[in-house]
Amino acid sequence: MSQDTLFDKVWDLHKVSSLPGGSDQIFIGLHLIHEVTSPQAFGALKDKKLKVKFPDRTVATVDHIVPTDNQSRPFKDNLAEQMIETLEKNCLEHKIRFFNIGSGNQGIVHVVAPELGLTQPGMTIACGDSHTSTHGAFGSIAFGIGTSQVRDVLATQTLAMNKLKVRQIWCDNKLSKGVYAKDLILHIINKLGVKAGVGFAYEFAGPAIHELSMEERMTICNMSIEGGARCGYINPDEKTFSYIKNKLCAPNNDYWDKALRWWKSLKSDENSIYDDVIKLDASKVEPTVTWGITPGQSISINQQIPLLDDLSSNDKLVAKEAYEYMSFKPGQLIKDTPVDVCFIGSCTNGRISDLRVAAKVLKGKKVSKNVKAFAVPGSEKVATEAKQEGIDQIFKDSGFQWREPGCSMCLAMNSDKLIGNQVSASSSNRNFKGRQGSPSGRTLLMSPAMVAAAAINGKVSDVREFIN
Amino acid sequence: MKSEFTPPIGKISNMNGQCISLIGNDIDTDRIIPARFLKCVNFDSLGKSVFEDDRTTLKGKHPFDLEENKNASILVVNSNFGCGSSREHAPQALIRWGIKAIIGESFADIFYSNCIAIGIPCFTLPKKSIEEIQNYCDNQFLFLEIDLKNSLAKSKDLNFNLEIKESSRKMFLSGEWDATSTLLDNKNLIENKFNQLPYIKFNTNFL
Repeated sequence: MSQDTLFDKVWDLHKVSSLPGGSDQIFIGLHLIHEVTSPQAFGALKDKKLKVKFPDRTVATVDHIVPTDNQSRPFKDNLAEQMIETLEKNCLEHKIRFFNIGSGNQGIVHVVAPELGLTQPGMTIACGDSHTSTHGAFGSIAFGIGTSQVRDVLATQTLAMNKLKVRQIWCDNKLSKGVYAKDLILHIINKLGVKAGVGFAYEFAGPAIHELSMEERMTICNMSIEGGARCGYINPDEKTFSYIKNKLCAPNNDYWDKALRWWKSLKSDENSIYDDVIKLDASKVEPTVTWGITPGQSISINQQIPLLDDLSSNDKLVAKEAYEYMSFKPGQLIKDTPVDVCFIGSCTNGRISDLRVAAKVLKGKKVSKNVKAFAVPGSEKVATEAKQEGIDQIFKDSGFQWREPGCSMCLAMNSDKLIGNQVSASSSNRNFKGRQGSPSGRTLLMSPAMVAAAAINGKVSDVREFIN
Repeated sequence: MKSEFTPPIGKISNMNGQCISLIGNDIDTDRIIPARFLKCVNFDSLGKSVFEDDRTTLKGKHPFDLEENKNASILVVNSNFGCGSSREHAPQALIRWGIKAIIGESFADIFYSNCIAIGIPCFTLPKKSIEEIQNYCDNQFLFLEIDLKNSLAKSKDLNFNLEIKESSRKMFLSGEWDATSTLLDNKNLIENKFNQLPYIKFNTNFL
């Protein structure tokens, strides 16, 4: 059992009680909600005649269903309009702070909370969305929950949970040029598998992690769940603190020093005990692309799609399903696979640094005529910043469509969808069957820079050929 | 899909039912209920859409479409079932189709919590036993009697010692698996914790 890790410390700090069944009651410091997983939770509160216990500890935004082409109200899609109206009504009724479209702070919930300074070290954070693990990049313990648990947090600000085990993933050296946080996390998930993290929190550590910017760290923690880990985190450091400083909801004046003092005390002890430790060499990671139907089915850009015999017996079943669904042959190269759609955005890679790196690749180049390419900033703030830096223009000049903020084609709950068996090069997080809106659509996950390269060439390409 | 849905309440200790086998590892919640069905403000109509895209692809040959499975209530799956999205819509769709319990090699964490929260016990068995059940189901009906108190599954031909998290088992047996009221019992402790947390004080800009 782990001891003295950041996870243990934050868990113990937030433990309210031991429940009769053996699980713990954990206080949730920050609760984030959005339009898709909250309406039924508010409905259940009403049925049980309960109130929101600490309305100040819940913050809302709208992201999953928002159209990215025309956001004027009412939305063209009646169901989407009904969902945003329900959220508006619930927030108003329960006095919950809501960052709506046009507020300047709306966007994907996992992009918005950090940029507002809501996400802070040492907190417990829950949200009805599996990518809540993103917030662990700040040294918080953050995890996704279902709608019944959203109800519990609204009603009690606590959750019943079994404590997770802790696995440290130590990344030595540093990433090489043209290799990004996305490549590293895809590599980790491939090495460990998509279910290795079940029952674990992942602590990402080591020189390669230390080197990453806060936004890159968010990309890493974001995809912990794709490795099965409900929670992923990184010990906070100076980069964490300076990212938070002066943000809208960050501690100010005298409180800043107090906060800083406490945050600096928050990290895994040198001699802390982990349930498991994995070490890997980040300098060996290459631009990585998924070829299959789980985020664990990935290879380096110059590798071949694995042969069945190269895989463990456990992986064979899904591999067979993947060859068939993706229409790939074992042994085929992933490089030069033609793509139909290129998508840059999502809570994994829709932040300003992601757009900057893609813009650098796109500058002065044109998107292939066979490709429909679009960029969806992660938030209104990201969109504003991109405009100030002229990044939106670079995208538009290259032939990308520049859209309004939202989750968009990561899960295709709005009108941004693949058609038929189109192949998409996507900076999002899931390549599941049908994930991008077409039951036979095919998704290749990669870094935003790699998506930009694929857009230009009309096929999967090595971005290192563009940046040297 | 069964016509009337009544959500389970109170103590859950014994379950009897016909097994429905669904073969495959890493079956994610997008497959259980595709995202387009999440555009709803209640869960009522999800049952008919469970596995919608997989079922369309298999043109009537999906286990959830086979006539012989229409009264089944115990789902038997392989490993990492329910991975991906946290959408509770997935177990809500399964329970509305008629699933009352799931037996599998392993479950994704959030899916497991969601099942427990709505009253679907999830049991694990070793790969070998799951395959034994799935092979059996290929040729004949398998009716299992599940005894949660002793974690046993019995049938005419096959018997298994099921595994389930002790906390979940206790919650179902005591009827306290609907966590809200249990959590609310500690009202004072919650207030105390709120007042003790260091960051509550310095988050004056929070709202």
